[in-house]
Amino acid sequence: MGNVAIKANALIKWFGEGETKTIAVKSASFEANFGELLYIVGPSGSGKTTLLSMISGILKPNEGSVLVEGKDIWQMKSDDIADLRLHKIGFVFQDYHLFPRLTTVENVAIPLILKKMDWNEAIKVALEYLEIVGLKDRAQLQPVKLSGGEQQRVAIARAIAGHPDILIFDEPTASLDGDTGRKIVEFIKTKILNAERCVIIVTHDSRIYEYADSIMKMEDGNIIGFERNTLHVA
Amino acid sequence: MSGILKIALKLLVNDRSKFIALLVGITFAVFLMIMMMSMFSGILSRSSSSVYNIGAKIWVMDPAVNNATSSIPMPDYVLSTARSIDGVKYAVPIYFGNALVKLKSGAYQAVSVVGLDDATLYGRPELIEGKIEDIYAESAFFVVKDAEFKKLESPAIGTEFEINDHRGLVVGLAKVASGGLFGIPTVYTTYNRAITYIPSMRFTTSYILIEPKHDTDIPFIQQQIKKLGYQALTRDQFVNKISDFYTYQTGMGMNVLMMTAISFIVGLSISGQTFYTFILENMERFGALKAIGAKGHELIAMILFQASFTALIGYGLGVGLASGLMILAKLRLPSYAAQVTYTNLIFAFVMVLIMAGVSSYIGVRKVLQIQPFDIFRG
Ligand SMILES: Nc1ncnc2c1ncn2[C@@H]1O[C@H](COP(=O)(O)OP(=O)(O)O)[C@@H](O)[C@H]1O
Ligand SMILES: [Mg+2]
Repeated sequence: MGNVAIKANALIKWFGEGETKTIAVKSASFEANFGELLYIVGPSGSGKTTLLSMISGILKPNEGSVLVEGKDIWQMKSDDIADLRLHKIGFVFQDYHLFPRLTTVENVAIPLILKKMDWNEAIKVALEYLEIVGLKDRAQLQPVKLSGGEQQRVAIARAIAGHPDILIFDEPTASLDGDTGRKIVEFIKTKILNAERCVIIVTHDSRIYEYADSIMKMEDGNIIGFERNTLHVA
Repeated sequence: MSGILKIALKLLVNDRSKFIALLVGITFAVFLMIMMMSMFSGILSRSSSSVYNIGAKIWVMDPAVNNATSSIPMPDYVLSTARSIDGVKYAVPIYFGNALVKLKSGAYQAVSVVGLDDATLYGRPELIEGKIEDIYAESAFFVVKDAEFKKLESPAIGTEFEINDHRGLVVGLAKVASGGLFGIPTVYTTYNRAITYIPSMRFTTSYILIEPKHDTDIPFIQQQIKKLGYQALTRDQFVNKISDFYTYQTGMGMNVLMMTAISFIVGLSISGQTFYTFILENMERFGALKAIGAKGHELIAMILFQASFTALIGYGLGVGLASGLMILAKLRLPSYAAQVTYTNLIFAFVMVLIMAGVSSYIGVRKVLQIQPFDIFRG
């Protein structure tokens, strides 16, 4: 277990006002470390995506603070937060969000291009990442031509192509069959996680719990448990 | 090109159907605007063709004249007074009129007749065949070899015809800078022959052409002519007066303005709508880019680039289409009066920029509102 990657302090987030006010996250505090594969689990609507968004600089909390590698991100200007997301954090969204009008390799190159890497160079590097996820031969296809598992791998390649320290996956296996989901997580665990990285996975897929280092449970906006994984395999 | 703009371009162009719809909207609008304005410019420039062709610096006329071909004859004292004004190098009369020519085949053809001052031949056209002195020969005429030349059965030197029951003889062929608006051939002769052949009222001078000693004398000359109750206009002033007449008093300007405005509105609504739909359909993409770390100004650059790229291509296509059609029309109809001027091109370009601007403004507003969280939540 290495240094602290993310530290959340008493995060609160609500939506709407008055009658319609929903408190999505109620005073959440936790730490995620480098070298750790952290799961956030809990039923649908328990506030997992909201919490992920706050710790990754996507959604501003109503109260509380988030330290990413020691920096209080919600004190930063919005362009600086965007830069932090670009350089430090890799996302795999709930439903991939690949660009249908771009080829697979161009999709993977997006973070590199946003980092102002030259186009050809970015495509070259993206190809290497496609190779890592085993999809080099699909580079010139449009994402819609790929299966769900393959699309998920493209999304992973895109998330890691920018060399982020922190990787965030929102329900990566939700729309995959059990076998594919297991393979994806196995891949994340063995190929992507390392001592310099922190990987956070939101899931309520109990079939993949065994890969977690720690599991944080949420219910109704509260963190109701944080434990070292007892099912831990590796 | 920066990578992010390349992404913008691919998002746009790879969406074939929407990209084509956008192009069609802009091309159509540009095409219509250019066509309308070019026809208008063509007509305006033709309407002043005699003023350009004669080339005099100052034109003296009755103040009620608003159109080169419908002159109001002036009494002789205007000419003699004009000659005595300080700063006038010389002043000569010129005659503009119409006559009926009976051709060899027996057919009749209307012509416009320009009568040049006998002493100086001031305002004479450039000859492509024949000698200028021959105009003093009996019954002599120069025929202008322009788009209407064929209507006189393409005469040559020596061809005879009847003009208002007098004999006419072609002694030369001339060329002029600009063709007329009314689609009839032009012949030149001397002032005195013109007024003998063509029935006229008491006065015969259509215009007095003045060459000033210096350009600085022009205001004084204008002042003196005004005292006589007549008007002395520089060439440009006269051209403007004629243009104003066609623009404001014939309803033509209003119609062109309306058509141009309609083309603009149609083009704007088609392209604006389509671009808006395009942006809406790509909200998710823009949102994902934002979540990954694209900054607001980068997204704005993408949208501006998409809008202006489409606008420029649509503009090019529209101008090309309009020019192509005009070239075709000129092949079939040599005197087709339409011309693409820089002003028209610039005007249409500005209109297209406004279309692109409005479309991008809508797009930018929409895209800046995107909350990446909504993308993230799925
Ligand atoms: N933009 C929003 N507006 C209103 N309510 C929201 C919004 N986003 C999330 N919520 C609510 O917050 C709660 C937590 O949502 P979410 O974090 O997406 O849960 P999970 O990811 O655990 O399924 C839910 O009750 C949800 O309806
Ligand atoms: Mg969720």
